[in-house]
Amino acid sequence: MKLLTHNMLTSHVKGVTKGYPLIIKATEVKVNELEFNAQFVSRMIPKLEWSALIQAAEWLGQSQDLPSALIPDYENDEEFLRKVHRILLEVEVIEGCLQCPESGREFPISKGVPNMLLNEGE
Amino acid sequence: MSSSCRRPEHMAPPEVFYNEQEAKKYSQNSRMIEIQTQMSERAVELLSLPEDQPCYLLDVGCGSGLSGDYLSEAGHYWVGVDISTAMLDVALQRDVEGDLLLGDMGEGLPFRPGMFDGCISISALQWLCNADKKTHSPPKRLYRFFSTLYSSLARGARAVFQIYPENSEQLELITAQAMKAGFTGGMVVDYPNSSKAKKFFLCLFAGVSGVLPKGLCSESTDRGVSNQAQFTAQRSRFKNMKGKSVKKSKDWIMEKKERRRRQGKDVRADTKYTARHRKPRF
Repeated sequence: MKLLTHNMLTSHVKGVTKGYPLIIKATEVKVNELEFNAQFVSRMIPKLEWSALIQAAEWLGQSQDLPSALIPDYENDEEFLRKVHRILLEVEVIEGCLQCPESGREFPISKGVPNMLLNEGE
Repeated sequence: MSSSCRRPEHMAPPEVFYNEQEAKKYSQNSRMIEIQTQMSERAVELLSLPEDQPCYLLDVGCGSGLSGDYLSEAGHYWVGVDISTAMLDVALQRDVEGDLLLGDMGEGLPFRPGMFDGCISISALQWLCNADKKTHSPPKRLYRFFSTLYSSLARGARAVFQIYPENSEQLELITAQAMKAGFTGGMVVDYPNSSKAKKFFLCLFAGVSGVLPKGLCSESTDRGVSNQAQFTAQRSRFKNMKGKSVKKSKDWIMEKKERRRRQGKDVRADTKYTARHRKPRF
């Protein structure tokens, strides 16, 4: 599971109002290499919940030199975009779980795939 | 889809049908790969995404990632959702670029609002129309899926579903729930006169009324025949002009059997012989 996806995920259990952001408890993290696309990264930045991203990076111990608040005029700062690209698309959680901040319900992650299947009545 | 039967969704729920054996077949059958790639190509074409711009897309029922691979080839980033662990395992083995989620689309999509630039789904939506558990209600599951999809899409985004509808009632059920969730759009039918090549694409627009793309047709067909069905927020029904199916046609027979089942009467199961045309002396 990449952190870009994590930034989009919420708990969709019935009755949960604040199921975002899901707390990451990772036991295995991998860093891959992926081709850098500045256009895509700068388009995605406004969609991101920046504080959730920083928090997720911290949980994984990957928060090296990411600013805690979004800098203005990030489109032209290639270095910044590369850092964001790395944290969004190159860092992957392979094993662990996602926990709902409201209910505490856990969604396990296995082989990099989070299990979002709900139980009866959820 | 599957070579062994015509309607796999009548055999077992998707997470059971798509076991390791079936998943392996999917990844190795070259004809399967060709068809899925072609349909993905057409679906992306119907999405009408802005040119030369990498987009963030959702692939519902991504399976072993055949459609996802096409999205990656086209330069897009994607997230795939599927209910079968066996199929997702194959996708992992094939090292797909998109991020995968194990989930049931009928339970709703677990995303924040306005995230995706578009959504495609190849040969998946018809699985929602069957109740695989006692607690399942297909219209409710369809609605939960469409309403969460509507919120997950950015304003002006489209969702294109390639489906194999069983009959007009199923089509009506799907489109009714999609409209209820706020979508506009319609069906695009490619090659409507060829039973083999005919393909149904449900094109939905989120938030913006778009122009429905034209369906493909072969050169020799009568161009005057309309091959689209457009719908808006107005209630419209996919039925014969007179309001009922033609008497004694397959549709009519299937509807009558369904009616009798609802009345609680004993009805023979549907097989490939149901409504088969018999010789006059029969």
